[in-house]
Amino acid sequence: MKFKDYYQTLDLKKDASQDEIKRAYRKLARKFHPDVNKSPSAEEKFKELGEAYEVLQDPEKRAAYDKFGSNWQAGQDFKPPPNWDAGFEFSGGGFTQADASQFSDFFESLFGKSSGSSHARSGFHPHGSFHARGQDVHAKIVITLEDSYQGAQKSITLSRPGVDQSGHVVTSPHTITLTIPKGIIEGQQIRLEGQGAGGSGQAGNGDLFLEIAFAAHRIFTADTRDIHLQLPVTPWEAALGATIPVPTLGGTVELKIPPGSQSGRKLRLKGRGLCSAGQTGHHYVTLTIVTPEAATEDQKKLYQEMARRMPINPRQGMFS
Amino acid sequence: MTTTIHPCTPLDETTSYSLRQCCLLCRVNAQMIHEMIEEGVITPGGDNPQNWCFGATHIKRIQVTLRLQQDLRVNLPGAALALDLLEELAELQRFVSTHKP
Repeated sequence: MKFKDYYQTLDLKKDASQDEIKRAYRKLARKFHPDVNKSPSAEEKFKELGEAYEVLQDPEKRAAYDKFGSNWQAGQDFKPPPNWDAGFEFSGGGFTQADASQFSDFFESLFGKSSGSSHARSGFHPHGSFHARGQDVHAKIVITLEDSYQGAQKSITLSRPGVDQSGHVVTSPHTITLTIPKGIIEGQQIRLEGQGAGGSGQAGNGDLFLEIAFAAHRIFTADTRDIHLQLPVTPWEAALGATIPVPTLGGTVELKIPPGSQSGRKLRLKGRGLCSAGQTGHHYVTLTIVTPEAATEDQKKLYQEMARRMPINPRQGMFS
Repeated sequence: MTTTIHPCTPLDETTSYSLRQCCLLCRVNAQMIHEMIEEGVITPGGDNPQNWCFGATHIKRIQVTLRLQQDLRVNLPGAALALDLLEELAELQRFVSTHKP
């Protein structure tokens, strides 16, 4: 287990006042909230902030942490000394609204586990009930454009919070296999009923909501249901027209380039984007003309000949 | 060993829930939904509560609002503003990624 420097997490000095701790937490929480910050590391950072704040905002916990914390560095191998918390009264109690089930082993080894129901991020407050339905769990799943185009089977492992027989929040790894619905797009969610956190008493589990994110693709980009591709073409293919093979998510198709095409021209392959049962996406190809290098004397002469025989002023109208 | 494939429901353009279904799914009471509509967080289809219909975008906006309220103590007008700005940002990011050279 590694030592966690909660002051470093919140970018604070060790003598920070309680007000400074609150301000630093609020500022960083806004910055790294997973609904606001789309970086893949934001969720982890947000959890770390919550854990650091849980300790530092509580004078009792902070005093206990400070008692030995000054001798340790972040990331150092750590084991709490026996009876390190003698004289402090916080074990298993005094938790804030934060989702204690998400805290690290380091936190648990020092402060124990929350004995209340964990409900953060669910908008659900199961106080006063012995049969509280488990919380909904929200997570992201990164899939490829190909997964969406044809549908795919995926397995994901989540750390699932639940409540054990003595009422403690426990987390356990939980692997779920699901079929990615064909045509699902970035930002949409998939709901898996009863696959959220375990409930207490006879109440059922919460639901699992997976938000779709697309992994970056080597050549394609997605704009909702439409797929975009920048297609390099030669000047003669653009000028004279040509039928050329083009990669799409469904395989290679022949695309007809109309004669007289310019760079930036957008051509549509109807229905070859991300399609679901009721929705259609298209595949857009944007032409980019690639000019051949004039390396030899012969090649230079050819360009000079073109300049003579096909005069053009592409900057016409730019100057008043 | 056989693998169990868990059934799942996509929340997509075809999603349409009644007020009651929406409340059950998001675990909120109808009063909260009314307040979100008042503040412009969501604008469901339909002209009265009996035939209101909530799509995938409404569900997501409700869920994000609840999380922002819980985690950042954002009030409803603040959540509505944050959601609009986040949508605009996502649109701009999509535009940039599809128009980069």
